[in-house]
Amino acid sequence: MRIGIDVGGTNTDAVIIDGETVRHAVKRATTADVLGGIEAALGDVIAEAGVPPSALSAVMIGTTHFTNAVVQRSQLSRVAAVRIGLPAAATLPPFVDWPPDLRELVRGPVFMVRGGYEIDGRALVPFDRNGLREAARAIAGSGVTAVGVSSVFSPLNPDLEQEAAEILSEICPGIAITLSHELGRIGLLPRENVTLLNAALHQMARDTVAAFVEALRRVGTSAPLFITQNDGTVVLADEAVRFPVRSFASGPTNSLRGASLLSGLDDAMVIDVGGTTADIGTLVRGFPREANNVVHIGGVRTLFRMPDLLSVGLGGGTLCDPADPKSIGPRSVGFDLQRRARVFGGPDLTVTDIAVAAKLIDLGDQGRVASLDKSYVEGALAQIRTIIATAVDRMKTSAAEVPLIVVGGGAFLVPDRLPGISKVVEVPNAAVANAVGAAMAQVSGEVDQVFSGMERARALDAATEQARANAVRSGALEHSIRLVEVEDIPLSYLPGNSMRVRARVVGSVSM
Amino acid sequence: MANPPFEMTADDLDAMAIGAWILGTGGGGDPYFSVLEAREHMARGLRARVIDPLSLADDALVACVGQMGAPLVKQERLIDGPVLASTIPMMEEHIGRKFEAVMLWEIGGNNGFQAVLAGMLLDLPVVDCDAMGRAFPQADMTTFSICGLPAHPWTMVDLRRNRIIFAEAENWAWMERMTRQLCTVIGSTAATCKAPRTGAEVKSSTCLYTLSQALRIGRTVQAARREHRNAVAAVVAGEGGLTLFKGTIVDAMRRTTEGWLRGTIEIDGVEDDQGHRMRIAFQNEFVVAWRDGNVAATVPDLICLMDSTSGDAIGTETVRYGQRVTVVALPAPPILTSERGLRKVGPRCFGYDLDFKSVFAERVG
Repeated sequence: MRIGIDVGGTNTDAVIIDGETVRHAVKRATTADVLGGIEAALGDVIAEAGVPPSALSAVMIGTTHFTNAVVQRSQLSRVAAVRIGLPAAATLPPFVDWPPDLRELVRGPVFMVRGGYEIDGRALVPFDRNGLREAARAIAGSGVTAVGVSSVFSPLNPDLEQEAAEILSEICPGIAITLSHELGRIGLLPRENVTLLNAALHQMARDTVAAFVEALRRVGTSAPLFITQNDGTVVLADEAVRFPVRSFASGPTNSLRGASLLSGLDDAMVIDVGGTTADIGTLVRGFPREANNVVHIGGVRTLFRMPDLLSVGLGGGTLCDPADPKSIGPRSVGFDLQRRARVFGGPDLTVTDIAVAAKLIDLGDQGRVASLDKSYVEGALAQIRTIIATAVDRMKTSAAEVPLIVVGGGAFLVPDRLPGISKVVEVPNAAVANAVGAAMAQVSGEVDQVFSGMERARALDAATEQARANAVRSGALEHSIRLVEVEDIPLSYLPGNSMRVRARVVGSVSM
Repeated sequence: MANPPFEMTADDLDAMAIGAWILGTGGGGDPYFSVLEAREHMARGLRARVIDPLSLADDALVACVGQMGAPLVKQERLIDGPVLASTIPMMEEHIGRKFEAVMLWEIGGNNGFQAVLAGMLLDLPVVDCDAMGRAFPQADMTTFSICGLPAHPWTMVDLRRNRIIFAEAENWAWMERMTRQLCTVIGSTAATCKAPRTGAEVKSSTCLYTLSQALRIGRTVQAARREHRNAVAAVVAGEGGLTLFKGTIVDAMRRTTEGWLRGTIEIDGVEDDQGHRMRIAFQNEFVVAWRDGNVAATVPDLICLMDSTSGDAIGTETVRYGQRVTVVALPAPPILTSERGLRKVGPRCFGYDLDFKSVFAERVG
């Protein structure tokens, strides 16, 4: 049996999963120290289900804490930046495209030294080791606790970044080092951005994961702890401490993955109706379809692939205009629903009130919405459905009818029938889909490299093998590994048969 | 009458990037980091002045700059304005004359910004025109080549201060061949100053007002986004374009042959195009589009792939499975669709035995 936990901004949800069945679920308030909320949720879900802590094979936690830290500019460390690549890119130093407020908070000493590679593997210029040693000494004297290192074409050849790491750990003992080739693909600026964000999160990640570990200790389980990542897979907690940026999108990813598990469907659309928004995504072979566009985190341009979501301002707390049934949202009472909605004794007319009046759901005091005009309720309901239908249609990529899985606290708002949808699928435990998604996450292995002088088929095989090895290192069971994505991009203008190959495999975690 | 000169603002840089990326027809590279650099220079007080080609004296001397090479290399090594700009004094030294202005080699993608950066750094005005009106993969696919102007000399600079002068070339095809070889040697990216042009040549032998066109397209997209209107439709309406197809990328096949990124994409239709399929072949830029096997558009008409939601252009390097796209045709400058133009940039120059038939033919006729 394993436990999935979703640590959100408001609630911490925990579920116990036996095989693929949800045994029990609880919802507790998230606490400022994180630890209290997890300890309560974890302790309660175990106690209420009557499961001995020793029977747990794994605990998987998904959290939006790392993204929130960047978005809210809180708990970030000041970091040093080292770029190996002069004389290239001299006019665009590290942090160049960060929002000013975030840059002021995070930017420590910045160094650019000569070095790096050509696309064909030759050295760009000889590596300036002395320059790097000088930079390391300055960093040691600056008091920063973390450094991000990037190097031109390091995804092709990481050895200069690795050498820099050796020099830095020798001269700056104990400093946390993030190397860009471990996080990124081709594209110097966004790869470097992610590297620096990761360095800035190192202390926060250490503290947060330590709180997770402590919560597990307090409830008396020695099950391994996994943290969920952007792509719907998990890594061991130690790895997550090193790469917190890889967990940025785990909230929506877990919601989509949870919907898949709860419904048994691998190819479907998913609508997650919460308090403020409805988020619509698409599952392809059990994983979220990724967005077309460049992803910005807290205003910083990154190379991340994030689930492609359409958010519309429609949730249980969305405000309705009592004078016009067609005027719904996008403003919302948000988490104040329990105080402000009419059925709960509040002054505001919300979508939840409309749903209660229309008898879609039984909540609060029905008498407080009895005076609503019937034609108004019908009109508002029609408008809610139009909003949902339009949004679902916008996210559709083919004309074929697809099933739509409904999760989230506001699931009752989704009509039974929608154009272009073969079936609206309601699932049990829809309110804790995120925690279920966390519990069922798999581990992945990825490779993104330029291969030269080999046939296409051999290059694809080599990449796939490396990805498999990476997955096994992350805890995947070898026999369960499957290839989910492989793509090659021949490099134009290059002699020889050069291509950039990206391969990704996923596998189950050993139970 | 010439338009008055104007100075670009930081907002103009963003608008130009959106428009130039669309005019790149899949090639030319993402302008993002050159916009960043231009913004940095602007913050330091450097100015990007734009002048009307018609305001040039006939004997004025105009530098034409561009970065050649693989877009992927540029993503990693970036492009440094100062390195690019250094090709210009090098050319001045070679020919023993000073330039009065700088013009764009190619408006499409990131290349248009190279002239803007050079103009800012050297305090030269940027002429509102280019030699392609879009993006093309080869030096012999330019208005200068079409008009039979001399192809030489060129200067080429590498960031390691490897400096090359191509003193003479038999013709544009030879200049293309020689510079491509050297470009590969120095890392598949090279800053170049092309053959100098006189004011008279600029006025008679370029695509006029393409910088303004990129700005206009960018502003159209920005306004549509702000007002939550369909950005793709706004561009089509604003530029007299045609929506060719709307759908989802179901395959993107790329391979390198003879030093180019060649390949095809396949798009499954949605909405009005449901049940139909579009296939587009590219050589760095999109070349021919077929709808259900029938030719729907070819070069030199601009075949632009746009993100159906945001209106951003999608490049041949970045197009991938699952993207939701709209294929749009924009009219090419008349010089490209003329008889002599088609001999340099028509479908046959890309290896397709097809007669060019503009999708805008009826409208023009």
